[in-house]
Amino acid sequence: MDTPNPAIAAFMDEARELLDGLEGQLLGLEQDRHPEAVDAIFRTLHTIKGSGAMFGFASLSRFTHHFEEAFSQVRDGKLPVSQGLLDLAFAARDQMLGLLHAAEPDAPLAGGSTELLAQLAALCAEGGAAPAAGRPGPTRHYRISLRPGREAFRHGMRPDLLIAELGTLGALRQRVDSSGVPPLDRLVPEECHLVWQLDLTTAQSRQSVDAVFLFQSPGEAVIEEIVPPQDEPPPTARARPDMRQDSVRVPANKLDGFMDQLGELVIAQARLQKTAGQHVDAELETVVEEMDRLVTGLRDATLSIRMLPLETVFGKFRRVVRDLSAELGKQVDLVTEGGETEIDKTVIDRLSEPLVHMIRNSIDHGIEPAGKRRALGKPERGTILLEARQEGGEIVITLADDGGGLDLAAIRAKAVDRGLIAADATPSDMELQQFIFAPGFSTAAQLTSVSGRGVGMDAVRTVIEGLRGRVEAVSYPGLGTEVTLCLPVALAIIDGLLVRLGETTFVIPLSAIDECIEFDPPPAQAGSGLALLQIRDQLVPFVDLDHVFGRPTGGVTRRRVVSVRAEQYRLGLIVDDILGRNQIVIKPFSIYHRDIEGFSGATILGDGSVALILDVVSIMRRAQAMQREMRPAA
Amino acid sequence: MSKTVLAVDDSRSIRDMVAFTLEPLGYRVIQAEDGQDALAKFRGSAVSLVLTDLNMPVMNGLELIRQLRVEPGGAGVPIVMLTTETKPEIREEGKVAGATGWISKPFDADMLVAVTRKLVG
Repeated sequence: MDTPNPAIAAFMDEARELLDGLEGQLLGLEQDRHPEAVDAIFRTLHTIKGSGAMFGFASLSRFTHHFEEAFSQVRDGKLPVSQGLLDLAFAARDQMLGLLHAAEPDAPLAGGSTELLAQLAALCAEGGAAPAAGRPGPTRHYRISLRPGREAFRHGMRPDLLIAELGTLGALRQRVDSSGVPPLDRLVPEECHLVWQLDLTTAQSRQSVDAVFLFQSPGEAVIEEIVPPQDEPPPTARARPDMRQDSVRVPANKLDGFMDQLGELVIAQARLQKTAGQHVDAELETVVEEMDRLVTGLRDATLSIRMLPLETVFGKFRRVVRDLSAELGKQVDLVTEGGETEIDKTVIDRLSEPLVHMIRNSIDHGIEPAGKRRALGKPERGTILLEARQEGGEIVITLADDGGGLDLAAIRAKAVDRGLIAADATPSDMELQQFIFAPGFSTAAQLTSVSGRGVGMDAVRTVIEGLRGRVEAVSYPGLGTEVTLCLPVALAIIDGLLVRLGETTFVIPLSAIDECIEFDPPPAQAGSGLALLQIRDQLVPFVDLDHVFGRPTGGVTRRRVVSVRAEQYRLGLIVDDILGRNQIVIKPFSIYHRDIEGFSGATILGDGSVALILDVVSIMRRAQAMQREMRPAA
Repeated sequence: MSKTVLAVDDSRSIRDMVAFTLEPLGYRVIQAEDGQDALAKFRGSAVSLVLTDLNMPVMNGLELIRQLRVEPGGAGVPIVMLTTETKPEIREEGKVAGATGWISKPFDADMLVAVTRKLVG
């Protein structure tokens, strides 16, 4: 197939976005039957229908039209928002997505499409022409001044029919003003000199009123909404701010190119700074400082372009939970928190699948059926909590359910079965829980269509670690399971602290650092791998980085402690000297070096030399391991 | 007695669509394939509504509208343009020529029925 027409590609992007939005709108309507939600859905369907026709997606347009019609009826109060209609609408949305990507955009509707349309027709037929009873739509009052032009009759206009049409919308009072009719001797009967004053009270929408006068020229029909004085105050407006923002679509590869250039700029600016530092020139110094400020601003702004709120991915999950709950016969609510937390777009794209997988696990295996929950004294509806928050340089995403926790007995049996542990071994509960991360591990007896394909948590862990993050699971028997993902916030450019060990410069990410202080070796402990240091009112363990890296410990007396924090632990890192703050462009390791423990990448300093970036978490783990080694055997 | 609708379009499928939509509702639909044909058919029957395309050979829609308006019995008959044009100038031109209204193509059955009811009852 030859290169797609860019206009059509742009339409398809827009349509996909509209369909995503439509899903959210339908979910919103399901929760809360607000007339504005209906209106928004109608407008979305209308846009898809119209644009679809314009770009040659005739099948999509024809299909969408019927649902647009249905929602127009809902808007006019002629069709109620029933669960049946909503279910059909969800299915229709999926069908529209399929029609958008169909090989033949102009093919006659068949199969799934005609089936859905038939169901819709049936629904509308029983929904009936009767306006939904007991739905008190806001009643409005319109005053319409109808002044057809003189030639109106000659042009086929039928005021009587128009007025009759208007009368079908509500209560109508009409007055004819015949003062413009000339006296009989000058009257030309085919000319129209009449003016009508029409007062309409209706629960129908303004659009319905406008539609009656579709063919009138501007000024011929003036419609004014009037507020009768004794109306009760309007219901408290549920202010739904227009969430749409002006936005621009940018191809991802253009953005990547831009980011690369920015990275180079940061490095060049660092070199400029270093070189300038070698000349004593106040004016130069001022300019260089200004440049530093500007480049930092540019860096932050650029990084934020790639950041999207997690809500974009949370929204999709609501649909997943809804569908899966129905399919598996369980009642589950999804509660989300921290959707406004932002993370890099590429990370979001790759998080989607693992999170969906984990949600499926929770619903399929974790949350018990309603009957069992009742018997256990739990609320009948299960809850999945999806929470995101930012902690230092990391985004922490937690997925917790209030189900039964991991089935440790089944895990143990499976582990024995796969030869991962001996039949008579007695692993602790914590150790058993970690088996879910073993490759291909699944305790599902058979493959259901939903989960248990053996793809499992090992795939999730691979994806997360590929994003330089980590995943952990904790099970509370009878109470639920909690999975935690930790991911770095920004990928490419961070603020770092340069430190010196001997002749070598290393970088510690600033986001991990609590503070830096002078090192006062506590007596009789100097030289041991791990000891405690008093930092203000806290005892903080510290390690000598020389020791950690296996370097010869020098005899330098003046040394510094960099106190870092990772997860909930604090650790003091002893270095020779602190050289200063810098923007660091992270250059990831090549595949040959990726498994090196202790470092998360490298960077190029202002003088052109390479500095390794410390991975605080793995150093922390190493320190803890060293501490265990040093303890006398229990 | 049923009302008669005259459908004028050089496209057979459009004319058929009008017939297919309106006949089940009780209207009688006669067809013409250009302006000249339409005038002839108009003179031959009592027409309650004319639906006409604009771009046709022999005589186009605008010319048909002008001629219908000066035809005996032609003033006062609702005439609706069927047009793919979205530019308001075209509609304006039509109005000046004497059209009552318009339906944009592609149109669907419901729109056709609504307009017919609005103008013919």
